[in-house]
Amino acid sequence: MRIAGKGLNPNAKPLTFTFDGRTYTGLEGDTLASALLANGVRLVGRSFKYHRPRGILTAGSEEPNALVTTGEGPAQDPNQRATTLELYDGLVARSQNAWPSLKYDAMAINDIASPFLSAGFYYKTFMWPQSFWEKLYEPIIRRAAGLGALSGQANEDLYEKVFAHCDVLVIGAGPSGIMAALTAARAGADVILADESSEYGGRLLSETFDVGGQPGANWVADQIAELAAMDNVRLMSRTTVTGAYDQGTFGALEQLNARGGPKECFWRIVCKHSVLCAGALERPIAFPNNDRPGIMMASAVRSYLNRCGVAPGRTVSVFCNNDDAHRTAVDLIDAGVDVAAVIDSRTDAPTMGQYRLIKGGRVIGTKGRHRVTHVSVSTAEGIEHISTDCLAMSGGWNPTVHLTCHMNGRPDWNDAVLSFVPGENAVPNMSVAGSAAGHMSTLACLTSGAEIGADVARGLCLSPKVVVPTAEDAPYRIEALWQVEGKGRKWLDFQNDVHVKDVQLAAQENFRSVEHMKRYTTQGMATDQGKNSNVQALAVLADATGRGIPDTGTTTFRPPYVPVSIGAMGAGGQGKGFAPERLTTSHQASVDRGAPMIEAGLWYRPSYFPKPTETTWLDSCNREVGYVRNAVGVCDVSTLGKIDIQGPDAAAFLDFVYCNTFSTLKENRVRYGLMLREDGHVMDDGTTARIGPNHYVMTTTTAAAGQVMTHLEWVAQALRPDLNVRFASVTEHWAQFAIAGSKARELLNTMLDDPIDDDQWPFMSCGVVSLGGVSARLFRISFSGEHAYELAVPARFGASLFRQLVAQAEGMGGGAYGMEALNVLRIEKGFITHAEIHGRITAFDLGLDRLVSQKKDCIGNAASRREGLLAPQREQLVGLKPVDKAGKMTAGAHLFGNGADAVSANDQGYVTSVCFSPTLGHSIGMGFLIDGPNRIGERIQLVDHMRDVQTLCEVCSPVFFDPDGGRARG
Amino acid sequence: MRLNCPICGERDRREFYYKGDAVELDRPDPNAGSEAWDDYLHNRDNPAGETRDLWHHESGCGAWLVVTRNTLTHEVLRCELAGANTQ
Repeated sequence: MRIAGKGLNPNAKPLTFTFDGRTYTGLEGDTLASALLANGVRLVGRSFKYHRPRGILTAGSEEPNALVTTGEGPAQDPNQRATTLELYDGLVARSQNAWPSLKYDAMAINDIASPFLSAGFYYKTFMWPQSFWEKLYEPIIRRAAGLGALSGQANEDLYEKVFAHCDVLVIGAGPSGIMAALTAARAGADVILADESSEYGGRLLSETFDVGGQPGANWVADQIAELAAMDNVRLMSRTTVTGAYDQGTFGALEQLNARGGPKECFWRIVCKHSVLCAGALERPIAFPNNDRPGIMMASAVRSYLNRCGVAPGRTVSVFCNNDDAHRTAVDLIDAGVDVAAVIDSRTDAPTMGQYRLIKGGRVIGTKGRHRVTHVSVSTAEGIEHISTDCLAMSGGWNPTVHLTCHMNGRPDWNDAVLSFVPGENAVPNMSVAGSAAGHMSTLACLTSGAEIGADVARGLCLSPKVVVPTAEDAPYRIEALWQVEGKGRKWLDFQNDVHVKDVQLAAQENFRSVEHMKRYTTQGMATDQGKNSNVQALAVLADATGRGIPDTGTTTFRPPYVPVSIGAMGAGGQGKGFAPERLTTSHQASVDRGAPMIEAGLWYRPSYFPKPTETTWLDSCNREVGYVRNAVGVCDVSTLGKIDIQGPDAAAFLDFVYCNTFSTLKENRVRYGLMLREDGHVMDDGTTARIGPNHYVMTTTTAAAGQVMTHLEWVAQALRPDLNVRFASVTEHWAQFAIAGSKARELLNTMLDDPIDDDQWPFMSCGVVSLGGVSARLFRISFSGEHAYELAVPARFGASLFRQLVAQAEGMGGGAYGMEALNVLRIEKGFITHAEIHGRITAFDLGLDRLVSQKKDCIGNAASRREGLLAPQREQLVGLKPVDKAGKMTAGAHLFGNGADAVSANDQGYVTSVCFSPTLGHSIGMGFLIDGPNRIGERIQLVDHMRDVQTLCEVCSPVFFDPDGGRARG
Repeated sequence: MRLNCPICGERDRREFYYKGDAVELDRPDPNAGSEAWDDYLHNRDNPAGETRDLWHHESGCGAWLVVTRNTLTHEVLRCELAGANTQ
């Protein structure tokens, strides 16, 4: 019901929205909750477990009941709190956890069966047979219980993330937060003031208090205008600070109101000081059937009335144990709304206005199916039934201590406010002001905010002034009232359907620790994390176990304070943001030729280059292998890591990082190098060229380029700072192409400014050449076993060089080859990749132990000589070929003695690389076999249990083709 | 968490790569024997309190750093270049 003349925005425009398919009108500045209340909608959801009808309880982010789903398809967004969801024109919201409809929910049968569904019911009931849990019980329980659902489709909404830095982060822009921010900012501090609401002011917007002689909301507007005009202040509305972390770091979730842009933004704010002004949350009272729609928090009733101009009922009652709640009646009467009674549990309750006050009264029952219609009140005179359509309840206020507990801090019980207050120094450099610290009057909040703002400014060596406006300073009078006697379930946690008896049952069954009680009853779980129920539940548990509340303690408050969507925390990390693409200079040419691109780390490389007549990748691969074996092939090898190493001690450095020797390498020569980890296992391999007296170019594998660079930095900086050497990654600076095959030199000589010959350019030589005036580097190295070169040009020439090389090759009966052919060529020659050097392999295992020079120290040298790393029981590299040429081989298969059972006890080794060799006409493979090199010629079973392959193989040398290497040298 | 790189200044921990205990700076002599090498390669303390760790400023200047911090309070006490700590 709208109240004319009430609300902060008298000129608000009307907005249209739908809820569960019905169209309603709300006003600008409404939340979905206030708009629904204005339209008389009370029933907004069904509870988690018993599917009880539930209405709006609060007016803030602590809301347990009014959860709705918005959006359609991939944008479906469940569990949004109607109490914080700002209304916009065209908003479509749906209720949750009800079928077939919110009013007639079939699963409400659970409520009738509730005597059997007590705490721990699932644990006790669905114990056997064990196999039924996963397949039968859990799916049924999950379908019956729960909140909103995701669409199952990938969310396409935009999210952002931002970092911010400041001197002072003020969390909450109520009276204390505004004063803290003003005092620090006027003194010159760099301040961020964040508030989760769309408007600044906190409770001042919801109350009728004057501050500094003017209405609270006007005072707020003036102060915010002053703050907004300061260059050293950043105001952040709709921003909930969600977590406190090390070194003054805070997470904050900003809801972005502009539709079409990013939906949410996750901030990481780093500050020197923080001031927590998060205020306090009002708590309910546990009386029988206290969960009917229309029963709300007293402060929420004032928020809807004073801020939104909406009365949540026509005849309102109040049930409370403190003075503060009486103002609900006063405000309602001022607005012309009937107040049936104020029921105060205190026998000495004061009268604060013209309403019927029932002193020493208790609500012991309520009636009304989909909304409350009556409350039963027990007084000294007996039981009275009062007709009412809205009951405003208040059990007192809980300071919002959550953030102070995020770094292991524990709150302290305070008898004056009957709640927990923040512990001392719970978060380094955080101060707590206002009602979050237990200051309950407006003046006390303003004063503590100003004083703490000044303290913080002085800590920054500034000179603040403390000026506090006048405001109400009423005492906070309250008596303890956690639960009311009487029949019926007295709800504590509305979201998880936990009532007083559940907590008592937990205590009775010896789940007496608060953490055990929580997990046994689910008290305080799910989206609201028990914000308005935890303290009452503790009080009930304390009572049931005979301990005091301070001894009972609290559960651990952990971040985030409000639910944060994964999309916001991972903003920018979807798709290409998660894995950016690295493209070679030949990428477009490869794509133009129809090559399927495969990922190699972040790189994309051509798999093969299909011809129209070819039907399988193997056809293409076999043809490309033929290019290299019979004519000439061209392949982009730019993705290999390239590290430029210079300095007087470059040679000594290489001797230390490689297990073999590089100081003896002559200029204009290339050498294969094997790099070990300090534990003696192989890290990487590659070739290194000496292109000047103190100048080397190292290549790494594509896979290990980053790891090797980091390793070199480590060795140079930390282990050998005595060496005068510098290096830089030049992987992206050079485009490099392999030209392989007997016609490789012929091809090069069609393009080089000065032709080359075998005398000047023998195998493993390198040097500078010129291509159309462009200086290039040429390396005569081979990863295919053929006469081959790698030609490197500055990356800007890569695209055109690749097209030219391929065109020339095609004119000579060859062409481009991709990763599949490259792999076949190297397996035919027994060359290793990271399929073989997978982290558990030593130089000995590869048959390369003679490379580990014993004349010098190097990384991994000492450990490579460890006992056990050189023994014949090691699995060592061998080649494998099928006895029957048609036999199938698979990488990942294991090796077993011929005739032995294929069980792990008989495991002799495993297969790392397999291909079909078109050169030899059958499959070939490489693998590791116990004492392999001494078993050449032996027959062994290859068994792949996963793919059901079993093939008798012959152990052979891993070099299948041209074992003496004549083709590469010739 | 932020680390105060001696070259770049205070930077977010996302710019750094963690390697492990700073004992890795004390590389034994090649002939120190298997026990010394076993210790160096594999054995680490897990102190409740002050610890020295190696971090690499991989998305920054590339410096290797020795970070002294307290595992109980998460305080970062010192942040030095690893080269200055090599014995």
